[in-house]
Amino acid sequence: MKLWVNGEDREIDLPPDTPLLWALRDGLGLTGTKYGCGMALCGACTVHLDGEAVRSCVTPLSAIGGRAITTIEGLSSDGSHPVQQAWIEADVAQCGYCQSGQIMGAAALLAQNAGPDEAAIVAAMDGHLCRCGTYSQVREAVRLAARKLKEGQS
Amino acid sequence: MRLPTVTRRDFLKTGALSAGGLLVGLHLPGFAQFALAAEGGFRPNAFVRVGVDGRITIFVGQAEMGQGVLTSLPMIVADEMDADLDQVTVEMVGADPAFNHPMFGTQVTGGSTSVRGLFEPLRRAGAEARHLLVEAAATRLEVEPAALRTERGRVIHEASGRSLDYGELANAAAQLPKPDPEAIRLKTPDQYRYIGRDRRRTEGPDKVSGRAQFGMDVRLPGMLTAVVAWPPVYGATLKSHDAEAALKVPGVRKVKVVPEGVAVIAEHFWAARQGREALQLEWEPGANAGLDSEVQGREYRALADTPGAVAADRGDTAAALAEADDVLAMDIDLPYLAHATMEPLNATVHHRGDEAEVWTGTQMQQVDQARAAQILGLPQDKVTLHNLLLGGGFGRRANPLSDFVAVAAHVARDEGVPVKTIWTREDDTRGYWYRPRAVHRLRVRLGEDGLPLAWHQRIVGQSIMQGTPFEAFGIKDGVENALVEGANDLPYAVPNLRVECHLAPRVVPVLWWRSVGHTHTAFAVEHMIDLMARKAGRDPVDYRRALLAEHPDWLRVLDAAAERAGWGSTLPEGRARGIAIHKSFGSLVAQVAEVSLENGRPRVHRVVAAVDMGRVVNPRHAAVQIESGIVFGLAAVLHQRITFSEGRVQQSNFHDYPLLRQSEMPLVDVHLLDSTEPPGGAGEPGTPPIAPALANALLALTGKPVTTLPLA
Repeated sequence: MKLWVNGEDREIDLPPDTPLLWALRDGLGLTGTKYGCGMALCGACTVHLDGEAVRSCVTPLSAIGGRAITTIEGLSSDGSHPVQQAWIEADVAQCGYCQSGQIMGAAALLAQNAGPDEAAIVAAMDGHLCRCGTYSQVREAVRLAARKLKEGQS
Repeated sequence: MRLPTVTRRDFLKTGALSAGGLLVGLHLPGFAQFALAAEGGFRPNAFVRVGVDGRITIFVGQAEMGQGVLTSLPMIVADEMDADLDQVTVEMVGADPAFNHPMFGTQVTGGSTSVRGLFEPLRRAGAEARHLLVEAAATRLEVEPAALRTERGRVIHEASGRSLDYGELANAAAQLPKPDPEAIRLKTPDQYRYIGRDRRRTEGPDKVSGRAQFGMDVRLPGMLTAVVAWPPVYGATLKSHDAEAALKVPGVRKVKVVPEGVAVIAEHFWAARQGREALQLEWEPGANAGLDSEVQGREYRALADTPGAVAADRGDTAAALAEADDVLAMDIDLPYLAHATMEPLNATVHHRGDEAEVWTGTQMQQVDQARAAQILGLPQDKVTLHNLLLGGGFGRRANPLSDFVAVAAHVARDEGVPVKTIWTREDDTRGYWYRPRAVHRLRVRLGEDGLPLAWHQRIVGQSIMQGTPFEAFGIKDGVENALVEGANDLPYAVPNLRVECHLAPRVVPVLWWRSVGHTHTAFAVEHMIDLMARKAGRDPVDYRRALLAEHPDWLRVLDAAAERAGWGSTLPEGRARGIAIHKSFGSLVAQVAEVSLENGRPRVHRVVAAVDMGRVVNPRHAAVQIESGIVFGLAAVLHQRITFSEGRVQQSNFHDYPLLRQSEMPLVDVHLLDSTEPPGGAGEPGTPPIAPALANALLALTGKPVTTLPLA
């Protein structure tokens, strides 16, 4: 099966019912996308399909088709995406395990809504659980990323 | 900030890493004895190495699980040795006795002890390096050491304008004898460049790029992945198993009975998991088949009717209560709790006959190394343990019996290839080693002035230490400190005090859960204090002030929290404040929670915390650790319980064992109070006060005490 991942054609030999999460991690070695629950309850496995945030743990390979997959490794080649930079500046991560998913969720939000208010941030990020409790820092980083994106465009 | 450089190991040479640095260096055995590498250099102690190229490496023997040891501990060393932290490489080591924690005698990342236990040793380590580098420079420049100063990796002779880079001095410094400890001068706080100032997370860039390597992320040539079918009831034994269908799942290589259950070993996780689904297993449920939380609650309350082992005793509490007309009584019952780290448990073991390697994220490297060695029939030094980043710890990855490493060792034994054993979220939630259920029975007599005359408290809960190597250390005369801490050292002025405990039958394994016994003792004590204040008709802050007159340190923190929270000021209709104060792990924390009820469910709007944790190394991370502890506690108060029915754990994943969500997050203000005292803990002390602060706010709102959790 062919997948379009982070701007490259990748060949993968796994059964079509395999969740994208495990194809990425075990098949392609892209371990930045995390397993947290396997039931779309925590958001740690979030990737983009044609720019839309999806939970890769419940997305079987058979459902992907030709859509472009972007993982945390593909958000930027060097951690320079404004959302990643905002995450570093706001020093969001603690253990860090959920942060790939948080960042992918935030990037998808800001691609659709460049100036989200607090309620929109909370609504969009509510599906991303963090056991360390970095929720305040996540909100701060999303606001910061929104400013960075705006500045980058002007 | 600058990324630390990659410490390469073959297995980590993946494409994902080529983009940049990886911070988690792995333990290189040759460094353990501080032998100098062939290219020279200087390693005066376990914690620091100076290369001839001037590169400074600071080694961290504690586990990084989010609390920030890869940032705070190097700050301490770098400050004393005048290293430029932006140029330092930080390496996290595996199992190595050179990094034994002074409070435990082995590597332990727990008890909120990383900074408070290592502050002085790391200062001395950095100062020792600096001392020797200055001596070497003095010889080279033919001046007195006193004429030299150090700054950002250089020794400077101001008078002549000459200076030398640490790298130029490394080989000479390495030849010098270990200095007399008395001769080493430590900095005074006004000379600190890093300690006490905010510093961002060392590994922050790796945690936003997907490069950070957790135990779950280990990839090795030829590696297989295993999932284990665990017994449905703790202690159940396997009667029969049929692996035929499992072995037909594409990718499944092997089905293997291990002491813990039945392992399905496959080429990748999904095949292993599908294989497990296809297993036909019959279990003999055993002695725990009837375990039921309601029945257990009755048993605990029956135990609370009988005298227990004495944990604190002053005055004559029994007599003081016997002659009382009116006794304030409260029973509380708090459930078992799972740690629910975001990264489910996992470990990878490669058994190669006469040696083995283990990759995992653990809070107790050598304990796990020893356990793996025992299972594999190897001497401990033939097992190399690599510690990776921990996707949360909270105590779960500090298991005296090394359950998650043990099962991986059993699975990988004799396989000859690396096998990663992964726990699904369901396995993790149902994997025991919980915060013990705790029942408290409190009876308090107030005097005519409303102040307490007698306080009697009986605590029932399972022992954490029984059956572990720590038993002798943790249990004395039937009293387990981890069950009574925070109650037997009641700070309030009470003339007659008696605290007793019962170690309940060990039905399932239990463990320390972020702040351990304080999780329930703080709730019992602080909620009772508010009930007493209410009965006495006193304001909860004033009432505490009256009882803490002998403890100015407590008063300072209490007053700071009340003031910052605007205690006594008007709140919107339907909101109330609750306060609680508690000391744990060397730090004092008071919290004020602002709460309302929305459709009968509590909503926490704001939490203000005042904290005295002594001298603070990295205020930014210390404050978010307190905030993190609050969130951890709130999740438990609002949502979490592990219960049993017919022996089975009834919860499995985040839908029935919920974490706090973004939409439930209150505004949190953390105020670290100035202190020149030695550092206290940061990781755990934020957790204990939040449950009683919330319960006290609800008491103010509804007039009813909270006696069971969770609330929602």
